[in-house]
Amino acid sequence: MMTLEKKQNEIIEEFDLFDDWMDKYNYLIELSKDLPEMDPENKTEENLIEGCQSKVWLHAEMKDGKLIFQADSDAIITKGIIALLVNVLSGRTPQEIVDADLYFIDRIGLKENLSPTRSNGLLAMLNKIKAYALAYRSKQ
Amino acid sequence: MTKTNYNIQKIRSDFPILSRKVYDKPLVYFDNAATTQKPRCVIDRVKEIYTLKNSNIHRGVHYLSSQLTEEHENARGTTREFIHAEHSHEIIFTGGTTDSINLVAYSFGEKYVHEGDEIIISEMEHHANIVPWQMLCEKKNAKLQIIPMNEQGELQLEEYKKLISEKTRLVAVTQTSNTLGTINDVKRIIDIAHQQDVPVLVDGAQSIQHTKVDVQEMDCDFFVFSGHKIYGPTGIGVLYGKEKWLSEMPPYRTGGEMIRNVSFDKTTFNELPFKFEAGTPNYTGVVGLEEALKYISQIGLDQINAHEKNLLQYANKKFNDIEGFTTYGTSSNKISVISFLLKDIHHYDIGMVLDKMGIAIRTGHHCTEPTIRHFNIEGTARASLALYNTTEEVHKLYEALLKVQKMFG
Repeated sequence: MMTLEKKQNEIIEEFDLFDDWMDKYNYLIELSKDLPEMDPENKTEENLIEGCQSKVWLHAEMKDGKLIFQADSDAIITKGIIALLVNVLSGRTPQEIVDADLYFIDRIGLKENLSPTRSNGLLAMLNKIKAYALAYRSKQ
Repeated sequence: MTKTNYNIQKIRSDFPILSRKVYDKPLVYFDNAATTQKPRCVIDRVKEIYTLKNSNIHRGVHYLSSQLTEEHENARGTTREFIHAEHSHEIIFTGGTTDSINLVAYSFGEKYVHEGDEIIISEMEHHANIVPWQMLCEKKNAKLQIIPMNEQGELQLEEYKKLISEKTRLVAVTQTSNTLGTINDVKRIIDIAHQQDVPVLVDGAQSIQHTKVDVQEMDCDFFVFSGHKIYGPTGIGVLYGKEKWLSEMPPYRTGGEMIRNVSFDKTTFNELPFKFEAGTPNYTGVVGLEEALKYISQIGLDQINAHEKNLLQYANKKFNDIEGFTTYGTSSNKISVISFLLKDIHHYDIGMVLDKMGIAIRTGHHCTEPTIRHFNIEGTARASLALYNTTEEVHKLYEALLKVQKMFG
């Protein structure tokens, strides 16, 4: 598996190819299509992330010491954003996720979406991911 | 389309913000139901206060204080005139529509609402005209009754008539829905309530900037609106109330200015309108609001109304050509608010993409969850048009929506 740093740099390079936001959004739309379908039984109220205008579900389970994420959203761009996070963080250890410095978010221009009042809930997604990681780390 | 001698270019040039760009694209501002932009005269007036006239009003003995007190009270007069209230002391300055409704819910509720009583609101209310009544009912063990609406987003007045009873203490309805744009027949709603001696509060947050309001002709008991939705400053609002109610209602908040005498044994309260205006008044907001009302009067609400109707007509014609376009709120009597969805596209996706094209709209439930739930949807995209919007801008939105469809199709 690629290191966290290498994976992030790859995404940054990818986004650097795009001149404008429309292209970035189109790329997020593509990513949303590539996100593996979530098991319907994991689309629970508990896995629903509060604080998003669109619905976002995030499920985590532990396999061989690694956290595997499943996600979905009813809005496509939001789904593309959560797909990015899943691509970067799924399959890593809880400790790695807790410690992760996700600098790519800033570098690809998503940071403006990070403030707590922004309705897309990127911050809420990140908090949920970190919360899962913390919870599973303490179980280990 | 009706031809008017409406000078749209001149009007647009009155609003400095309209010439700015976002993401390097000309701003198309279609979020006017959330807040309106400010004309230069309002900005200048507020600036003038802080630059040359600032002073706490009412009790000062010095020049600045008495000058500004006079301006503040003149603004009350202008506001009275604008909604054609009988007396200036029936105009209470508040923090906004929400604040005004909370004032009435508290003060009116304190005096007149008791266990087993009922308050009537409607299904299309903004949360600001739901939650204060809900809280009041909880506190007093009273009941909230809801006027239902039909599929066009119009209130069913036959059902309303059945709700009114000897238990009803107050009816609180919006004149115009912020989500659907529906203009309610408030005159009729008031007439029906008054036949049973029930007073009516009208939420004018979305009507005051679009249609001429005459509170005496309407005969409402309370009328509330916000300054920032009628091209005035934020943080200022108005509560109009008939003297007979306001004089009987206990104060809402207490503090300075609203008192007559204070001793540790007893406090007596000031007369109207000051009884309801505790603390240092928002005098910059008040004079800024006055300037906005004067600006609107100068253009003329009839002219504004005609212009906005044209825009709405043009928008309806354009948008209905788009396959999979659905409007929520299809009353024939509505303001220039278009709540819509595109088939199989999330409203949030629509808003995100339009934003990057420089078009500002709002997405979500617009603080009217029951209204949205009525249509079995999660939310809508809402374009709300104002006096400075143009058909060219509507056309831009039309083209942008086609692009959105292509992206998500």
